[in-house]
Amino acid sequence: MLAFVIRRVGQSILVLLIVGLVAFSMFRFVGDPIDNMLGQERTIEDVERLRAQLGLDQPFPVQYFRFLEGAIQGNFGVSYRQGREVSEILLERAPATLELAFVSGVLAIAIGIMLGVFTAIRRNGATAHIIMAASLIGVSLPTFLIGILLIYLFSVELGWLPSFGRGETVSIGDWWTTGFLTESGRKALILPAITLGLYQMTLIMRLVRSEMLEVLRQDYIRFARARGLKERAVNFHHALKNTMVPVVTVIGLQLGAIIAFAIITETVFQWPGVGLLFINAIQFVDIPVMAAYLMLISVMFVGINLLVDILYVFIDPRLRVDRTGGHS
Amino acid sequence: MTTPVLSIRNLSVEIPTRQGILKPVDRVSYDIAAGEILGVVGESGAGKSMAGNAVIGLLNRPAHIAGGEIRLNGARIDPLEGEEMRRMRGKEIGMIFQDPLTSLNPLLTIGDQLTETMLTHLPIGRKEAEKRAVAALDEVGIPGAKERIDSYPHEFSGGMRQRVVIALALCAEPSLVIADEPTTALDVSVQAQIIALLKRLCRERGTAVMLITHDMGVIAEAADRVAVMYAGRLAELGPVREVLTEPRHPYTHGLMASTPLASQGQTRLHQIPGSMPKLNYMPDGCAFHPRCPRAADKCRTAPAPTLTDGRAACWFPMVTEAAE
Repeated sequence: MLAFVIRRVGQSILVLLIVGLVAFSMFRFVGDPIDNMLGQERTIEDVERLRAQLGLDQPFPVQYFRFLEGAIQGNFGVSYRQGREVSEILLERAPATLELAFVSGVLAIAIGIMLGVFTAIRRNGATAHIIMAASLIGVSLPTFLIGILLIYLFSVELGWLPSFGRGETVSIGDWWTTGFLTESGRKALILPAITLGLYQMTLIMRLVRSEMLEVLRQDYIRFARARGLKERAVNFHHALKNTMVPVVTVIGLQLGAIIAFAIITETVFQWPGVGLLFINAIQFVDIPVMAAYLMLISVMFVGINLLVDILYVFIDPRLRVDRTGGHS
Repeated sequence: MTTPVLSIRNLSVEIPTRQGILKPVDRVSYDIAAGEILGVVGESGAGKSMAGNAVIGLLNRPAHIAGGEIRLNGARIDPLEGEEMRRMRGKEIGMIFQDPLTSLNPLLTIGDQLTETMLTHLPIGRKEAEKRAVAALDEVGIPGAKERIDSYPHEFSGGMRQRVVIALALCAEPSLVIADEPTTALDVSVQAQIIALLKRLCRERGTAVMLITHDMGVIAEAADRVAVMYAGRLAELGPVREVLTEPRHPYTHGLMASTPLASQGQTRLHQIPGSMPKLNYMPDGCAFHPRCPRAADKCRTAPAPTLTDGRAACWFPMVTEAAE
């Protein structure tokens, strides 16, 4: 178990190093930051001085090492556009994105699993057929279109919910701001959360349904029925647990995707999170922000995947390799 | 005569399909008494498992019981549905499946699976159920039952898992056990142990057993009486010694001649020509007549007699001189 965790952590670090290399390459190959910083009227001496000052005259591996050194300490340099520390800007924006991702993730997982189980158990019922047909919409409509349609219906026509922004926020601690505590903050969260979570929800639902149908065909389910166990116990204790093994992997990947795809939702709803920050950074070729965003997203992806792998072991006893016992 | 534990009368199972109604089980009747083991033999598709599934109420749709009666300890159970039938399963009728590798839930400990089953059917608390679970494992011959109770199925070998399956099927003390090919997936050396175990437990508890198999060796080893099925019909029914040594139905005779028994010392095994008819392509008259060496005109036109009294469902049963 411990060896397994250590191996997986090692692999995760390797992945992060490679992503770091890509992020770092952007500085080298996407334009010259000196051009951006000094503008038209500059002397060659100015350029050389700044280059030395920023350490850009060092050999490539040295620069990469210094970049990593900074990245580990959360130091990604100064935003070209805003002239502030990138880490400071990210930290300011992170709560908005994390709250949005958290709410849509919880919605997607809870509703997705419930509907998936329901449509698997009642697979011939009319309600199940309607849900399955409706889920096709969720899978096939692009996120921005769903967002725009929701804005049109609930903000423009009905006027129930705000169409943009985060509403009022309350500060907690030094840097965390939350929209959960004010009414306008909660209202502002509803439409973006649905927009962001709808695709994941339908995906999880369809996956749970097909896995569950597969599990319900297994011999151990037949045997559980033949022992006269209650239908509830067969469905939820015996079948759902087996269904969750593959589902947990996908949910893990999807959680990462929720944070990453928040870019589109944040743009549609002008949600002041890191996704919107990233889009703006691209427009201004603000490379330190882009690099930091890339690193942040990859850390989250890798972290979630690591958690999922460890979670497996708790769900499936067959993976507890070094457990003693067992004459097989 | 005391009431048999299981009594099946003219049981028919039908499957409606686009090509018409298929009859995988056609007017089958037999009884099983307490403590008795009835072997049900036949080729794949002869309807032996289908009859077992009908008894425990686990037919897969659209298959359904189309006629006849099933009585358990004298009370009809074939009309029971849903919740009432669920209460019978496990409590009154236990079932053992073919493949022990797939019939245990891989994510639950065997202790969990045992206690859950007992708590569903018996008026006992968790503590008592846990105690009985250890006793049940002990009884089916799992060494170190107390320590093994928290093990997962993958930590057991195939033979040990089948012992666990038997413990599970018997833990609520049903009066009837349907064992559907319980040894087919096991090594030969383990087969005999499992059969002996099943036999011992049922004798001790007076449980009636429907032992479904295609293995004549298992029948000879374990069964008291044997029912031979062919194409959904009962071909022959009688005490195991008589049926095996003096078969009266030509199909049973062919089946015996094609079974390798060391005692007979034959060098070449007999083959029954042809194969069992498909359910959607049943011949007129007796279903066995195209393969039967004794078939006469009557067999080609008149359906074989339904086995009610006598031993073989045949117009021209084989009668050996020694027996008559």
